[in-house]
Amino acid sequence: MKYVEEYRDAEAAKQYAASIARIATRPWTIMEICGGQTHTIVKYGIDELLPAQITLAHGPGCPVCVTPVELIDKALRIAAQPNVIFCSFGDMLRVPGSCTPTSQNTEAAASSGFGSDLFSVKAAGGDVRIVYSPMDAVRIAEQNPAKQVVFFAVGFETTAPANAMSVYHAKQRGLKNYSILVSHVLVPPAMEAILSSPTNCVQGFLAAGHVCSVMGYTEYLPIAAKYRVPIVVTGFEPLDLLQGIYMCVLQLEQGRFEVVNQYTRAVRREGNVCAQDFVARVFRVVDRKWRGIGGIARSGLGLAEDYAEFDAETRFGVSEYTAQEDPECISGLIMQGAKKPEECSAYGGRCTSDHPLGAPMVSSEGACAAYYRYRRLRPGSAIAIGGGHG
Amino acid sequence: MAEIKEFQLQCPTTLNDCEHVQLAHGGGGRRMHELLEGLLLPSFGNDILLERHDGATLNIGGARLAFTTDSYVVRPLFFPGGDIGTLAINGTVNDLAMCGARPLYLSSALILEEGLPMETLRRVVESMRSSAADAGVQLVTGDTKVVDKGKGDGIFINTAGIGVVERDVSISPRNVRPGDAILLSGDIGRHGIAIMATREGLSFESAIESDCAPLCKPVEALLAGGVEIHCMRDLTRGGLSSGLIEIAEASGTRSAIQETSIPAREEVIGACEILGLDPLYLANEGRFIAFVPEQEAERALAILRRFPVSSEAVCIGKVVEGPAGMVTMKTLLGTERVIDMLSGEQLPRIC
Amino acid sequence: MCLAVPGKILSIQGEDFARTARVSFGGIVKEVSLAYLSEAMVGDYAVVHVGFAISLLDEKEALRTFEYLKQMNELGELEVEAEA
Repeated sequence: MKYVEEYRDAEAAKQYAASIARIATRPWTIMEICGGQTHTIVKYGIDELLPAQITLAHGPGCPVCVTPVELIDKALRIAAQPNVIFCSFGDMLRVPGSCTPTSQNTEAAASSGFGSDLFSVKAAGGDVRIVYSPMDAVRIAEQNPAKQVVFFAVGFETTAPANAMSVYHAKQRGLKNYSILVSHVLVPPAMEAILSSPTNCVQGFLAAGHVCSVMGYTEYLPIAAKYRVPIVVTGFEPLDLLQGIYMCVLQLEQGRFEVVNQYTRAVRREGNVCAQDFVARVFRVVDRKWRGIGGIARSGLGLAEDYAEFDAETRFGVSEYTAQEDPECISGLIMQGAKKPEECSAYGGRCTSDHPLGAPMVSSEGACAAYYRYRRLRPGSAIAIGGGHG
Repeated sequence: MAEIKEFQLQCPTTLNDCEHVQLAHGGGGRRMHELLEGLLLPSFGNDILLERHDGATLNIGGARLAFTTDSYVVRPLFFPGGDIGTLAINGTVNDLAMCGARPLYLSSALILEEGLPMETLRRVVESMRSSAADAGVQLVTGDTKVVDKGKGDGIFINTAGIGVVERDVSISPRNVRPGDAILLSGDIGRHGIAIMATREGLSFESAIESDCAPLCKPVEALLAGGVEIHCMRDLTRGGLSSGLIEIAEASGTRSAIQETSIPAREEVIGACEILGLDPLYLANEGRFIAFVPEQEAERALAILRRFPVSSEAVCIGKVVEGPAGMVTMKTLLGTERVIDMLSGEQLPRIC
Repeated sequence: MCLAVPGKILSIQGEDFARTARVSFGGIVKEVSLAYLSEAMVGDYAVVHVGFAISLLDEKEALRTFEYLKQMNELGELEVEAEA
């Protein structure tokens, strides 16, 4: 595939890795914001190619992972209703809500009719459908006028334009049976939250390339200046990550803290202005809770007043519902880069991809799942079998 | 300002002791494995079953017979390149072939849902007829049941098959040993994408067709050519990864494969890229892996490549020393990663 | 997150927010919304996320990663001009 496979070239990757080794004179901790980047790093073993001084911390760039548990519960409640077709991206299907079968509220959960995740709601007979695009959900609404169609609008800034367009089209077509359950989060506030934390150890960032395709990267300039951290807008293929890491390490070694763009083939400085304008029409910035991290002011999107009728929380009367975050799961620390998954005592034992405790173990590019799937049996990992690190 | 959680070491026990059967239990991955190992094998346990091979090889009155069964519950019933009928015949034929048997006779049990259009049934039966003819097998006995509307997914088909093991061969995971070459009969992922595209309505203009096909001819040719085959497995649900892991676990060996050697059609790769899927975990229906001694690999590949269904056969790796049950892959970049069994079905993702 | 893949635009139809394209991803063709990429033309490569083209792939810039590497190899190190 053109513009994809070339960026997986082994020889070029080795050369980049060698260059990074050549310039790195001290330990550095760099965080990649985006779960898709985490996925690539672990899938291709990029951290294995890097010199030992470079530590990659995996950030909260997984909108699946950071969706607050009560929003999952709200989704489950809505999806379990008989007249509802609940549409979602595949990523959300196995994220656990607050009621797992073995918790104390099992009876409450059973009697309220919703299972521990959307997949089990589907198994119990709920009409839960995976869609590739929010426009598919709009089509389903048009084809099923007697049912309520709810779309789980999860994502970072990259997905907001698509979700916005779905609502716009629903309004244009006068659809009364379409609504969205919003869980949109924004990257810059999350970066600030990480950088301003007393336990922060991140010294440089690889910013999420596709978020920046939409938003541009001017928002990062004040962050880089205020916290004196280099920020490199980076793509998702192995060579993108290696070049991004190189550019970041170079700045760190030289004591610079600027915003630069590695992913120039897909990102312009101003981003996609048309998409930004549209998102601003349909959504407004709100405070949001991040699972495992807590509340961050002005870090999310909610529907603007003109489109408030499409808000599923209001339509289904679940706005006031709250749920407790599981205090035992350390996903917050993991998503802030303060801990690695292997340092969680539940990891690989009581928390695995078959029975996850928190979202980072469920989402295929949550840090825990990525580690678990690709690492678990590696020599050197916390649950290693066999010896020797190659 | 964010609230930072204190690091706490206690965790509640949240092991999911499934009280209910889940879809994942039939998915070919870890959950199904748990069901087999945790309930079914211990309940029925006998030496034949515990070989954990695709089919059972039985000695009856001096003849060596292979016996297998499989049920077909696919949704959608019809997909590019085949339908539930094609699968029902070829799936069982292939399981017999994997035992080194010449498939001879099949049974078929149909469970039909009330209200199923007769035309649908006619099409499926015709597919079964023509697939059986292609594979050279006869359907000799069967059963038909009808269940109330809403109690079945249109059609469920079970087929059982008998074949004869004509040569003095023993094909089983226990023959696999370090040094064996791992051969793959062709490109992966077509069936999985064909099904997912049709089922999830992820329509592609140029439809990818399932690779559903009988494998008995290439297998027969390997046997006739006297190739020493240690083990074979046809790839179905769970894909290439499941096949490799199952054999590694059943044989107590470690397999090491190279990502660069695994063939996949460009369209399959394209579909995987946009849906966020890993081809290693996609279902196949006309592909198998074979474990042969290293020195037999070239000859085996030459034989396989004579047949259309295995014309792109390649060697993808070998059995090495190492922890039992482990499968590792050298990535495109030359780094090594462990191939784990998928827990549950692979789902499209946007992240 | 943000799985977005470059694909080649084969044909375009419709207007404004209803403008769509048939896009090929390694031979797989899918209909994609061009609502946010009015400048896209047939033959261009677009980066597509959840059925929407979000940015045009700059084919000249696509080579940058390799030129950078080449320069690094030649010079041993490379200064990067920061964007203010």
